[in-house]
Amino acid sequence: MTTTLLAAAPATGQATTDPLPYLAAGWILLAGLHGLVTSRHAVHAIGCLTVVQSGTYVLLLAVGYRRGATAPYFTDIPPTTPVADPVAHALTLTDVVVGAAVSALLLALVLQTAKRHGTADPDALTGLKG
Amino acid sequence: MNRTARTTLFWCAALAIALCYGISCGHLPGFGGSFHPYADRAVPAALAHRTANAVASVNFDQRGFDTLGEEFILFTAVLGAAMVLRRARDEHTVSPRPGRVLPTVRLAGTVLLPVALVTGVYVIAHGQLTPGGGFQGGVALATGLHVAYLAADYRVLRNVRPRTVLDLADAMAAGAFAALGLAGLAWGSAYLENVLPWGVQGQIVSGGTVPLLNAAVGVEVGSALVVLLAAFLDQALEIETG
Repeated sequence: MTTTLLAAAPATGQATTDPLPYLAAGWILLAGLHGLVTSRHAVHAIGCLTVVQSGTYVLLLAVGYRRGATAPYFTDIPPTTPVADPVAHALTLTDVVVGAAVSALLLALVLQTAKRHGTADPDALTGLKG
Repeated sequence: MNRTARTTLFWCAALAIALCYGISCGHLPGFGGSFHPYADRAVPAALAHRTANAVASVNFDQRGFDTLGEEFILFTAVLGAAMVLRRARDEHTVSPRPGRVLPTVRLAGTVLLPVALVTGVYVIAHGQLTPGGGFQGGVALATGLHVAYLAADYRVLRNVRPRTVLDLADAMAAGAFAALGLAGLAWGSAYLENVLPWGVQGQIVSGGTVPLLNAAVGVEVGSALVVLLAAFLDQALEIETG
């Protein structure tokens, strides 16, 4: 069973013309944007913003993927082994950290807004209050 | 703008984005192919500096200056959140009620807390060798500490988490990253240049400045996350309006 699977696997670095992983990233982005636009609760909107960001993770990882390659860690593999793109991985890591930090700051703002105005519905928050 | 108009506008924009994005996807290099110009340069550069973890080499050596910016985004975001969540003038603090915890949960927490902390330190210390590093290990450290809250109660967590010390550690570690970059300048090289001896690849002291920067980021992320969660937990458990 294992050998047939290995034999069927395409060779390392062989590209497919299938753009589905890239399109999936775009789909996640639009789904998150739709949630943001139709949101009725600020916490829900922040959740949607993280969905939008997840689209960028999928895109970055799809760009960095190399068929048949392993993770870019050379602790116990020879230096010539084909690996996935470490630059795309590093950018995804940056993306995750910044995303988490921004979400935390936004949630803090929502918490205080809900306390002062008694609502977290973005449509109900129309005026400024000191 | 009312909801109907807004949703209509969204669908028009979404259609335009979908169309342009879909067309451009067709022009990207094939998925899973061998065309990786950045990887072809980043991997030899990582190996030249004896850093087994190529991602850590990219983050802390090849584009260390970007990571400095990223670290300060985290630092300022946590600073902002802690400031927004501080006690307002018309609010007062109440002492949180002690929680009732099952003895088995308490036992599991007592066993798991040190394991979680050691795992966090391990992930930070081996950032130049294996998957992980300062960002991931810092998160493991900070969340591991909150086992104390789950397995006991808030007062126990407050005792294992000296907030003033962590506030200072957060700022000092962020500053340490920036200061480590000055070592490059002192050596007559560029800012954040990897000036330390590179060591033997696969050993814990390999990678030059990468392990040091990893440690600084690990302390910064760990303490920043604890401070952040402390601000949120204070709001939920201690601060009351009126």
